[in-house]
Amino acid sequence: MTKVFTIGTRTSAPTTPRARRPPWQERPTVAGRSAKGLSLGGVLAVMLVPLWIVVVTSLSTPGAVNRAGGLVIWPDGLTLQAYREILTDPTVRTALMVSLGITVAGTALSMVVSVLCAYGLSRPGSPGHRLVLALLVVTMFVSGGLIPTFLVVTGLGGYGRWWALVLPSAVSVFNILVLRAFYTRTSAELVDAARMDGAGDWRILWSVVLPASRAVTAVIALFYAVGYWNSFFTVMLYLPTDSEKWPLQYVLLTYVNRGAGMPGSVNAGFGMAYARTAPLSTQMAVVVLTLVPLLVVYPFVQRHFRTGVLTGAVKG
Amino acid sequence: MTTPHPLQERPGRRIRPRRDRSLLIMVAPAVVLLLVFNYAPLFGLFTAFQYYDPPVGVGNSEWAGFDQFRRLFADPLFWGALRNTLCLSLVQLVLFFPIPIALALLLNSVLSVRVRTFIQSVVYLPHFFSWVLVITIFQQMLGGAGALNQFLRSHDLQTWDITTDPGTFVLLVTSQVVWKEAGWGIVVFLAALSAIDPGLYEAAAVDGAGPFRRMWHITLPGLRGVIVLMLVLRLGGALSVGFEQFLIQRDAVGHETAEVLDTYAFYYGIGTADYSLGAAAGLFKSVISLLLIWGANRLAHSFGEDGLYRR
Repeated sequence: MTKVFTIGTRTSAPTTPRARRPPWQERPTVAGRSAKGLSLGGVLAVMLVPLWIVVVTSLSTPGAVNRAGGLVIWPDGLTLQAYREILTDPTVRTALMVSLGITVAGTALSMVVSVLCAYGLSRPGSPGHRLVLALLVVTMFVSGGLIPTFLVVTGLGGYGRWWALVLPSAVSVFNILVLRAFYTRTSAELVDAARMDGAGDWRILWSVVLPASRAVTAVIALFYAVGYWNSFFTVMLYLPTDSEKWPLQYVLLTYVNRGAGMPGSVNAGFGMAYARTAPLSTQMAVVVLTLVPLLVVYPFVQRHFRTGVLTGAVKG
Repeated sequence: MTTPHPLQERPGRRIRPRRDRSLLIMVAPAVVLLLVFNYAPLFGLFTAFQYYDPPVGVGNSEWAGFDQFRRLFADPLFWGALRNTLCLSLVQLVLFFPIPIALALLLNSVLSVRVRTFIQSVVYLPHFFSWVLVITIFQQMLGGAGALNQFLRSHDLQTWDITTDPGTFVLLVTSQVVWKEAGWGIVVFLAALSAIDPGLYEAAAVDGAGPFRRMWHITLPGLRGVIVLMLVLRLGGALSVGFEQFLIQRDAVGHETAEVLDTYAFYYGIGTADYSLGAAAGLFKSVISLLLIWGANRLAHSFGEDGLYRR
């Protein structure tokens, strides 16, 4: 049937650290080594320099921003003023709370639903197993599309409600299939031993399967959380006018993206604290604020990417 | 599929009704959510064949036959959006697709595990950024008030606001996609590379094959299946070119260049409350996309590859 790429632990030999050059491989030439170094350095620079500029500018004093004529590249007078400002600004503070709330609640819901569904489908021969699987996979290829989904959600009274940002995207079939692939591979001996000891499925899931698949659980939770944290279009769809209900991404869009530089877009009416366009360092502080939760979580989950991101294709 | 363990129940033999019930309960929430938010909207597709009137509802709106599609195909804005979408897809195929492969090969040739892990964690990161954030960062770097123009101004050079220039918009959005997704794209290829038996390289080297011949005869054939799969997916998604990305930037460069099928459906379907027209545009897109996936798979099969699903 379908092929699904899965995320999880890699244990096979080819991934063992290859810190030394194998004896049969040619000694790299100086030109080859420097070309490799330069291109990798270039890639890193393209990724990191913009982030560096944004962070440094957000930490700069108004004087430093003036002296630089805009964005600050070399630190020159640092202050936390911009952060103090946005964290006391009611619009940004509310938006931060909304974003955190949606992300935490949404991720919890998605994980519970997905883990249960994945486990329910992972026991061979469970009733209706093929039917449910087909039901899931079909949604990956066929969808009602934007307008019909909008009509269903508004028909259920979702317009202007936060749940409209969460429930329609609460289930990711892809994520369920990844989890399921892992659960079917959980050691059958362990599961059988637990069953012999009288454990039911809920118990097996909670005390055997989940602990055995911590890495994939963390990675999938990150996927869901990032989806909720980054949601922006659903806000535009269901909460376009309720500015007090906006999450951070939408505030970033109206304050910073639309507020600075884009001609013809509206800036008045948003953000009571800032009359026209907020000072550059304040804008950059909002940018950094949307990054912080990700940067806090990323290192912990990224460890699991490393213990093995992909095992390859699994036929399901 | 995994083979059933002898101690576990065999398919088709219902011997533990109590346990089966708890499995069904576990699956239920996901199924309910899918039925409501993925299957119920399928009925909304009827609106594409109606003169849909929200207060009357899908059940009672007047049927329109193919009128909405006739209106759609008579709309020059729709053809503009379709042309933009295809053009962007083609450019992304040419300019984006090879980059993750090249990057994966480059990274795979780095011997130090620590360096490799560091680079990986850096290039994966932007995948988790929102489009709002990515576009804001691009705006700050390349926009009218951005770092590039700041530099040009301070050297008394001609300034150039790339973020609002329709002429280079295609390249701008492609470079945004590259910045955000190229790093994450290497994941699949790294996995395929790690599945290649290192013994092959050694044997080839012993037989006198240099680095380029080893890449040509071992590495690339090892990647072939994954490359074909990615191409099939790319073709199936040819009509989807990053909805949010265009939604955010459409007003800055103008709809002539930045309107794509998805934004068209959004603006004319929801923006002007012409739901039936929007649904027709969406249905058109879904049908063509399914045909593209099917066609690409046929093509993959004819090259002896698995593609997305097997024959």
